[in-house]
Amino acid sequence: MPRMTMIEAIRSAMDVTMGRDDNVVVFGEDVGYFGGVFRCTAGLQQKYGKTRCFDAPISELGIVGAAIGMAAYGLKPCVEIQFADYVYPAYDQIVSEAARLRYRSNGQFTCPIVIRMPTGGGIFGGQTHSQSPEALFTHVSGLKVVVPSNPHDAKGLLIAAIEDPDPVIFLEPKRLYNGPFDGHHDRPVTAWSKHPLGEAPDGHYTVPLGKAEVRRAGSAVTVLAYGTMVYVAQAAAEETGIDAEIIDLRTLLPLDLETIVTSVKKTGRCVVVHEATLTSGFGAELAALVQEHCFFHLEAPVARVTGWDTPYPHAQEWDYFPGPKRVGEALVETMGA
Amino acid sequence: MPEYGAETARLSLHVPEPEVRPGDTPDFSKVVIPKAGSVDRPPVDVDPREIRDHAYSIIRVLNRDGDAVGPWAGTLTDDEVMEGLRHMMTLRTFDARMLMAQRQGKTSFYMQHMGEEAVACAFRKALEPGDMNFPTYRQAGLLIAGDYPMVDMMNQIYSNEADPLKGRQLPIMYSSKDHGFFSISGNLGTQFIQAVGWAMASAIKRDTRIAAGWIGDGSTAESDFHAALVFASTYRAPVVLNIVNNQWAISTYQGIARGGSGTFAARGHGFGLPSLRVDGNDYLAVHAVAKWAVERARRNLGPTLIEYVTYRVGAHSTSDDPSAYRPKTESDAWPLGDPVIRLKNHLIKRGLWSDERHKQTEAEFLDTVIAAQKEAEKHGTLHAGGKPSTRDMFEGVYETMPPHLRRQRQKAGV
Repeated sequence: MPRMTMIEAIRSAMDVTMGRDDNVVVFGEDVGYFGGVFRCTAGLQQKYGKTRCFDAPISELGIVGAAIGMAAYGLKPCVEIQFADYVYPAYDQIVSEAARLRYRSNGQFTCPIVIRMPTGGGIFGGQTHSQSPEALFTHVSGLKVVVPSNPHDAKGLLIAAIEDPDPVIFLEPKRLYNGPFDGHHDRPVTAWSKHPLGEAPDGHYTVPLGKAEVRRAGSAVTVLAYGTMVYVAQAAAEETGIDAEIIDLRTLLPLDLETIVTSVKKTGRCVVVHEATLTSGFGAELAALVQEHCFFHLEAPVARVTGWDTPYPHAQEWDYFPGPKRVGEALVETMGA
Repeated sequence: MPEYGAETARLSLHVPEPEVRPGDTPDFSKVVIPKAGSVDRPPVDVDPREIRDHAYSIIRVLNRDGDAVGPWAGTLTDDEVMEGLRHMMTLRTFDARMLMAQRQGKTSFYMQHMGEEAVACAFRKALEPGDMNFPTYRQAGLLIAGDYPMVDMMNQIYSNEADPLKGRQLPIMYSSKDHGFFSISGNLGTQFIQAVGWAMASAIKRDTRIAAGWIGDGSTAESDFHAALVFASTYRAPVVLNIVNNQWAISTYQGIARGGSGTFAARGHGFGLPSLRVDGNDYLAVHAVAKWAVERARRNLGPTLIEYVTYRVGAHSTSDDPSAYRPKTESDAWPLGDPVIRLKNHLIKRGLWSDERHKQTEAEFLDTVIAAQKEAEKHGTLHAGGKPSTRDMFEGVYETMPPHLRRQRQKAGV
């Protein structure tokens, strides 16, 4: 099985779907000739021509609005927002239009679009290149929200997203773009090519939307994480020696509640980890669901480890980022409760 | 230099105001109305730079005597003109009955088209089957002139058991893909860029179909309008971008969204778009300009921006009271007249119509609309009779219902 970076896996997913279906088009700022600032679309214009992969004006609203119109026509646009932080001008088009088109037209018009965007911190992007806006989208009926944590899943989930009949927000953790992450910001990072999770099959395969994956089996506590935080959770489990079961959610909406509930009923404890701010974050939804479905199995309060309720700072990035130390403290506290 | 702090050195904010307010005498003396037939008709492949004046003038065909004159006349046969009158009369009758139905509590809300009937009715006849409109809430004329069943429109307004949209949308927010009518959004202007995207898709697929986007004068202030112009211009999308300037955005007059620019049409100049203004109360002029722009799009010559100069005679919606912000007689003073009466007079002048036939036809249309209304009301109104099932509420959010929605549906007991 070929080993690849997450960027290569994402590119491969678009390549595979564009090759199979003429209705798939890819566009966004800098994605055409140059291949995107992160190079995710490199080579696609050369291979499929400039009417299948092209540059767009710097108008996120325009990119998403045009994609919705294309989808209403019958195409399957997969568009790129250069950073998740820039998606807000397009928010109304996503929330009021894409998410509701099927519902409000009773299926006369549908919106099979994918909106890809790099998310999260870890590259010293400051407060305008580091945000994790997933909760703003998981609150919206009609959207699907996906966050992969490795090249294999990124490719399989993105193919599934492009083939999905409904709009999908695809958040790509940019800290994982070029290689694996050991959960620590201050250690050298090895290449995905030396990492087992860097393997992704050639050609077409899908990872189904709405299915979580148990990344590390354990019996003492369940850790719910996604994207970059899966690795932070793994480092924390290893360093504390706590027998944690780590669930990589992969899709936040719709959520794989069954896997979560099965695990928490087994362990009796739960720690939720995400990089986004605490208040009204997706962790609140997870904690509420665990409480609703597992209350009589819980032996400790559900803990949340998240970014602070501040904008993402530039110089203090690693104090903001929930690292293995903070997750480890939450694990120890949860075990002692 | 004036002394710092002196009144002359201070800035002041300009907030535009209409010429008149309630109690004042209506005044349209500053609206320059060119003579019918006086604006030239360029070839469809004209260089937009050669017709910049068309964004400042008003293309008109029907003159005050009811004659069709000038280079934009003659795009329709006699039968087609007669059909146009019937469409406008039907829409006006439909409006009156549905307004009454709202007052009777049969639905929550209605928006009428009084004074603007020519715009959508005439535009629709310039399109081909398969073309797609991305309308606002004031283009039901596209459906009437496109032979969409009136009973279905009423079922939608009543949110009854036969509502094609299952009671999910506000009244008048129709959707019919088969009739080239995109699902209406309540968020203003969003459809304008979507129209451009649809048109881009048609071009990507080397199709022959084109799109039409619709926006009101007030909504041109939305970012979506500007995004649409950028994309249409950049990709030369086969789209006709329509601005209906009916002078009022609820209570806010058109000068607020327009600011200091010459006209709404002139906004197309910065994007290199051919931009025309047309008398929106002149069925023949609207059709001629629409046909010109549609042909341009169809011949892969790119987008066109059209401003329809018209007047919203009725209230913005059934929740609005225009007497609170403009003179009651302002609509009577509107210098471009009533689109129905103008086309009627034209047909009478040509010996194809008469006052008697007009009255008789009005009565016939009222019968037709009442019959449709009775048919629709058999399926229920908003608060009485049949309504879509609560189970329907949970369907169609996604193609396949995800587990969390299934759980919620079960909890709701449906």
